[in-house]
Amino acid sequence: MSDLSLFLTVFLTGVVLVVGGLGMAILLSPKSFNPQKGEPYECGIPTRGTSWMQFKAGYYLYAILYLMFDVEAIFLFPWATIVRELGIQGLASILFFLLILGLGLAYAWRKGVLKWK
Amino acid sequence: MLLVGIALMAAYAVLAMILIYVERKITAFFQARIGPNRVGKYGLFQTVADVLKILIKEIIHVNNVDRFLFYTAPFFMIIASMLTFGAIPFGKELHVIDFNIGVFYVTAVSSVGIIGVLLAGWSSNNKYSMIGAMRSGAQFVSYELSAGFALMTMVVLSGTMQFSEMIESQRFCWNIFNGHISSLVAFIIYLISGHAETNRGPFDLPEAESELTAGYHTEYSGLQFGFFYLAEYLNMFIIASIAATVFLGGWMPIHIKGLDTFNQIMCYIPSYVWFFSKVAVLIFTSLWIRWSFPRLRIDQLLNLEWKYLLPINLVNILVMVILVLTGLTLTDLF
Repeated sequence: MSDLSLFLTVFLTGVVLVVGGLGMAILLSPKSFNPQKGEPYECGIPTRGTSWMQFKAGYYLYAILYLMFDVEAIFLFPWATIVRELGIQGLASILFFLLILGLGLAYAWRKGVLKWK
Repeated sequence: MLLVGIALMAAYAVLAMILIYVERKITAFFQARIGPNRVGKYGLFQTVADVLKILIKEIIHVNNVDRFLFYTAPFFMIIASMLTFGAIPFGKELHVIDFNIGVFYVTAVSSVGIIGVLLAGWSSNNKYSMIGAMRSGAQFVSYELSAGFALMTMVVLSGTMQFSEMIESQRFCWNIFNGHISSLVAFIIYLISGHAETNRGPFDLPEAESELTAGYHTEYSGLQFGFFYLAEYLNMFIIASIAATVFLGGWMPIHIKGLDTFNQIMCYIPSYVWFFSKVAVLIFTSLWIRWSFPRLRIDQLLNLEWKYLLPINLVNILVMVILVLTGLTLTDLF
């Protein structure tokens, strides 16, 4: 089998697992209605307001920082596979690349992004 | 194709059940309890009973949730872990997917799971879920980097991203020894970030039950909750098996160069036995860590990643490259 069909098989297995499981659970499980049941979980008191609101920005800063390094990883993986063939020259160019990224991290660090406030 | 799917699904479900039992039993021993011991001998059928119970539990429809996203979230969790699960080489010729970009594929696909966590937390319209999901997102995203870089270090060493070739390259020397101290550092970093990625051990603050009830899956009930549980346990297995494959030689038996008789005897032990025993050791270590350290705070957690593990990792890759280029790895030396 080709790679793509294998991938699709595994993907569909996941879908079938969830759909089949849920279908079975819906068939087997009891159903009852009670207005209290639909309330959001809280410690005894009714929930106040919605939770879809502005959230601490600190989390997003980490997400942006992550994006930078993750895109870098995409470039680094192909290089990592053929390190032996590329030799010293490859190392030199990737060193420059890593240096710029390191500067990015150092800048974020200096700016206090990595400090939890 | 159908056969592959069924086998995969069966392996997935059975492994999860075994893992839950093992986890509960070992945890109990760590805490000087007996653990499950009522259903079947030594409580062996406890998880079977649990699965049956969770199947017949009502799926409660909560008001004010974002319906579509709420019901899609378990799909992301299960599919992400299933796709990663498919790429694991369980034994000689015993794998479903063997892409030539194996390692990269695993890092890419396993990070899809976090979308499920974020969707679950966001759509639940519950403050506990929301905070849990945000924490989990920040944590996963950060440690994903370290895990990726640690694996990249091993890609440098093996010179390939395909799992089967990677295992073949460890025939006489496991990667963890091959790169001296650099490999060991990568291994430890991978274990730490693997822990953090699966929200376990000292890093379980997205689900810190004393402050957040159950974290991002607070509003889920019945089998929908079961899916999150399933994915969590399978992720633990996946992290352990990737670590075993990349660092400890996967299904490759212990071979010593020059000792042909010894090597042949070792080959009589089936490859999947080797694989699962390595994974078992790693899972035991992970449980050990989990019950030995107190929970971290979110700022400590993020500091550990961004200020320690990531810089160490970047330097570690360069050290590894130098080791490889100067021919100082063990396989090059001997």
